Amino acid sequence: MARLLKFNIFRYNPQDENSTPRMQEFVLEETVNMTLFIALNRLREEQDPSLIFDFCCRAGICGACAMVINGRPGLACQTKTADMDPDITLLPLPVYKLIGDLSVDTGAWFRAMYQKTESWVHTTKVFDPTQLEERMDNAVAEQIYELERCVECGCCVAACGTARMRDDFMGAAALNRVARFVVDPRDERTDKEYFEVIGTDEGIFGCMGLLACEDVCPKQLPLQNQLGFLRRKMGITALKQLFRK
Amino acid sequence: MQTFYSDLLVIGAGLSGERIAVQAAEAGFSVIVLSIVPARRSHSSAAQGGMQAALGNCAMGKGDCPDVHFADTVKGSDWGCDQEVARLFADTAPIEMRRLAHWGVPWNRVVPGKSHYFKGGEKFEKVEEADKEGLITARSFGGTAKWRTCYTSDGTGHAVMCTMDNRCAELGIDVRDRTEAIALIHDGSQCFGAVVRCLRTGELHTYLAKATAICTGGFGRIYKATTNAVICDGGGHAIAMDTGVAVLGNPEAIQFHPTGIVPTDILVTEGCRGDGGTLLDANKERFMHIYEPDKAELASRDVVSRWMTHHMRQGKGVHSPYGEHLYLDIRHLGDKHISTKLREVDDICKHFLGIDARTQLIPVRPTQHYTMAGVRTDKDGAAYGLKGLFSAGEAACWDMHGFNRLGGNSLAETVVAGGIIGKKVAEFLQGFEVSFSTALVRDAVTKQQARIDAFIKGTNGSENVYRVREALQDALMDGCFVFRNGPDLEACVKRLQEIYARSQKVGLKSNGLGANHELAAALKIQGQVKLGMCIAVAALARTESRGSHAREDYPERNDRDWLKRTLAVWPEGADMPVLSYEHPSRVWEIPPGDRGYGGGTIIPAEKLPGKDD
Repeated sequence: MARLLKFNIFRYNPQDENSTPRMQEFVLEETVNMTLFIALNRLREEQDPSLIFDFCCRAGICGACAMVINGRPGLACQTKTADMDPDITLLPLPVYKLIGDLSVDTGAWFRAMYQKTESWVHTTKVFDPTQLEERMDNAVAEQIYELERCVECGCCVAACGTARMRDDFMGAAALNRVARFVVDPRDERTDKEYFEVIGTDEGIFGCMGLLACEDVCPKQLPLQNQLGFLRRKMGITALKQLFRK
Repeated sequence: MQTFYSDLLVIGAGLSGERIAVQAAEAGFSVIVLSIVPARRSHSSAAQGGMQAALGNCAMGKGDCPDVHFADTVKGSDWGCDQEVARLFADTAPIEMRRLAHWGVPWNRVVPGKSHYFKGGEKFEKVEEADKEGLITARSFGGTAKWRTCYTSDGTGHAVMCTMDNRCAELGIDVRDRTEAIALIHDGSQCFGAVVRCLRTGELHTYLAKATAICTGGFGRIYKATTNAVICDGGGHAIAMDTGVAVLGNPEAIQFHPTGIVPTDILVTEGCRGDGGTLLDANKERFMHIYEPDKAELASRDVVSRWMTHHMRQGKGVHSPYGEHLYLDIRHLGDKHISTKLREVDDICKHFLGIDARTQLIPVRPTQHYTMAGVRTDKDGAAYGLKGLFSAGEAACWDMHGFNRLGGNSLAETVVAGGIIGKKVAEFLQGFEVSFSTALVRDAVTKQQARIDAFIKGTNGSENVYRVREALQDALMDGCFVFRNGPDLEACVKRLQEIYARSQKVGLKSNGLGANHELAAALKIQGQVKLGMCIAVAALARTESRGSHAREDYPERNDRDWLKRTLAVWPEGADMPVLSYEHPSRVWEIPPGDRGYGGGTIIPAEKLPGKDD
């Protein structure tokens, strides 16, 4: 006999004036290899079509389905129900604006982050279609890719103590983004220029070092190392500026 | 009603959409890009393997050039492609890869010296040249003569998507996520933009533009078993077909990938086989080399999918609660290779199958993967039927893939076609002015609001949208999958006619307010059934086997009668699509011949269509 799973799901549709924030209980019979992707879609299609949640790739690649699963931010699509107690509580990620039920607006948050960090390669070089590509050491390419693996799910920010206390904290995702360009030899920005972006309490010096970001990152990005790396680099930059004055 | 205006409206912020946007913005035009999801979640980002471009930097790609890439592409298409377009693509691809490197893509690079690689389970040695050190390297993919697939570990689509979206941010392009175009605004001859539903609030908005580009990816989600993301639902094709004048090219050309995992249908990359992974049957024995002695596991996808299906029909499949399957074996590639170059595969095995690919076999079977079918355009990306409408990427039938596309060619197409078509869009916009009719815009919006109201009130009936969708998916699995035949296709068409009638009677169970997903599904269900019907009708009409279109009752490729492209339109108010045909190509650099894999007989053409006309 398959287990009966009890889902406690946060419900609130801000666009519906009759809706009030509440928890709602659903019961579903478990099937083999069930994930929260399968379970939530079955709930929507069989029990309550008004349920709002996001999935996209359903393969742990795109980061669309982050939510708080039994108290911990994670990707719903790669969460197997077999690994959980039959009593499952699902809440939307904090920090981000609620769209409805389990869906939050990570898109707007991250687009603002691109502008804040100027998330692109800064170069004065102009592309010449007649020339061979500039050479790059393969190890450097792999190092860049390692940090580029962020899927912008938002888990690290939702789990971050500083981000929960102050709205203007950039969060690990943004700091990791900066680190990605710091290691990229094509980006001509100097440490001083990076310092202007992240050398404040909103940036790298706001991090309290609790490191929940790395604990919850579904891509296992080396956030602890990157935050340490940036903190040292920006600390040295700050000292240099101090002595130059 | 809020109205937004731009020179160019791009629907879809995946790689092809953003690449067009970048090109138009660089030429000085204002661009708005719409996307159902934040741009980086677009399905382009899920492409693990890589992009084909004949750079010829790596040892196993030595001597490669666009001519060889072009030939592989034409053969892969089973001579169904437009050779002019395939040539344009092969010639431009290397430059585009270098441009992406300039913009920030961390391509893997050549590391000089000796290294090992696997082919068919055996270990070989290769030596990378010192003077190529640091240039963009490549890996092997199915159906190619050379190692030509540029990659960034196993997250090529993701890495390129990040770079392209960064480029959009740098140029200040207005990319709006959670917006869905639900109808095109047109007067039957020209397109003026779209009616758009905001997926945050549910409000309708109008977006007016001089040019509109549909770049919404494929429509695999109308099949039950597909590797595609849930957003690949044919929304863009549905609004194009709804105009009654836009054309769907080769609807019967649907690709099935050999290695979707069982269950859940998630793709494991062709890179697995490219890097030396093998396919095993129930006896844990290799079999592809029996059917394809030369290419074995690395024949093109249509061929491998057919032999896998055939082998399972011979009783060699593995039985499971989810039906029969075979195995993919990458154990011999070793821990280091699996944890770096195939890390996504490793993750997928761990998270969705609970297995370790270093020591265990991966259950796989052919799964719907790609739609060569799409909005038919000319070589400039201009859609047939509506002026000012363009399309690119998987959404389009630009037609470099014909009846089967090669692995690594679609991800490359997104950016190569996006660049070429973006340039053509900019040329189109140069000095081009339009007058927007307020009555036309009002009518378009009123019509969509009326549809929404009818769904919410249940005016047309109370059919459950999810049940109708399920019926569509089941019908296509039964009639239009890897192998097809007359009786099954006829039955499929009949079922789809009933399903189409049901799709017109859908009513919501929920209130449809805000970011309601049931309403989003209802708005596109009729269009999805239309797409399914186009596949079935076109597949029934095509009495030959070409590329991914395999008719058991017509196993030969018939160049005498079928060297042509299907065009499907769905006139307004009609119950069935209308088919017509055109020459697949006017240029025949390579006349139709044997692909060198896949077997089968060919009925030769008496003369090449389009050449002597």
